[in-house]
Amino acid sequence: MTYIPSLDMSTFVDIILLAFLLLSALAVVIMRHLFSVVMVGGVYSLLSAAFFVNLDAVDVAFTEAAVGAGVSTVLMLGALMLTARREKPVTSQHSRLPLLAVLVTGAALIYATFDMPAFGDPGSPANSYVGMDYMERTPHEIDVPNVVTAVLASYRGFDTLGEVVVVFAAGLGVLVLLGMGFTGGTAPGKDEEDQA
Amino acid sequence: MTPHLVLRVVTKTLIHPIILFAFYVQFHGDFGPGGGFQAGILFAVAFILYGLIFGLDMLKKVISPRAVQVLMALGVLLYAGVGYATLWMGGAYLDYDVLVPNDTHNAGQHYGILAVELGVGITVAAVMIGLFYAFAGRNVEISDEDW
Repeated sequence: MTYIPSLDMSTFVDIILLAFLLLSALAVVIMRHLFSVVMVGGVYSLLSAAFFVNLDAVDVAFTEAAVGAGVSTVLMLGALMLTARREKPVTSQHSRLPLLAVLVTGAALIYATFDMPAFGDPGSPANSYVGMDYMERTPHEIDVPNVVTAVLASYRGFDTLGEVVVVFAAGLGVLVLLGMGFTGGTAPGKDEEDQA
Repeated sequence: MTPHLVLRVVTKTLIHPIILFAFYVQFHGDFGPGGGFQAGILFAVAFILYGLIFGLDMLKKVISPRAVQVLMALGVLLYAGVGYATLWMGGAYLDYDVLVPNDTHNAGQHYGILAVELGVGITVAAVMIGLFYAFAGRNVEISDEDW
């Protein structure tokens, strides 16, 4: 089954957003100034959020905008205070193995997309079986307009309880490792130029 | 005159709508996009923004690290507690229907979802503020020239 995209408005927006996503990803790789890297990382998240809205996944987009563009940018800025302002230049010898790993992983991911059902395919696994079941049963069993909430909080209540415990455990782990004890702080890392 | 006057004034006007929107997302999550996870983040963002602009000492006066630790656990306990409440009322774990038995409008489901989403929101907000405390608490206050 091949999907030939017609160039309607939605596809046009998709192409623009994906192009900007690619550009910001490249910018993150190329830039050495860490503050700019964190900022462009936030832009990347915001663009993905816009992309998710265009795919009609508003709940996912909302989370991406709040977590990806909002909180993680702030946390990265907090982490940035502990290190130098600029990334050390990487020698080409050190970058060979990581480059190979990235290329192989990327090729594997692209290879996997050949098996993916076309976007909006009614016969895809996500649109058949239990997914459609939830869509049919939510109006008379749960009776909330947002099926995502019904699935998340009621049908998959156990999963969500697990997720909350994971969030709690993650917070607990960070508190155990870093503590909220306010040890007076450590001096931030120095740039190469500063030491010279 | 205090530094960053514009930032301070803008932040003070922004915090109310952010918190109001967080409550809207929290309690309107079953009608529109959003829910506990997103609302918790938004709620935490209001506090983090305050901490960023006015400093950690001021943030500690608003919400103490101790309170954050308690709230983290409270959200999980609320969620799990709803499950135990339904067990106690004779249903399965997290079977919200037994909360309001014999109701034709699925009120039990609505109350159950509201309660567990609140638990999610409390835990997520507290964990995010806790993470901010953990990271920002390690830094020495940066001088203005460093920016």
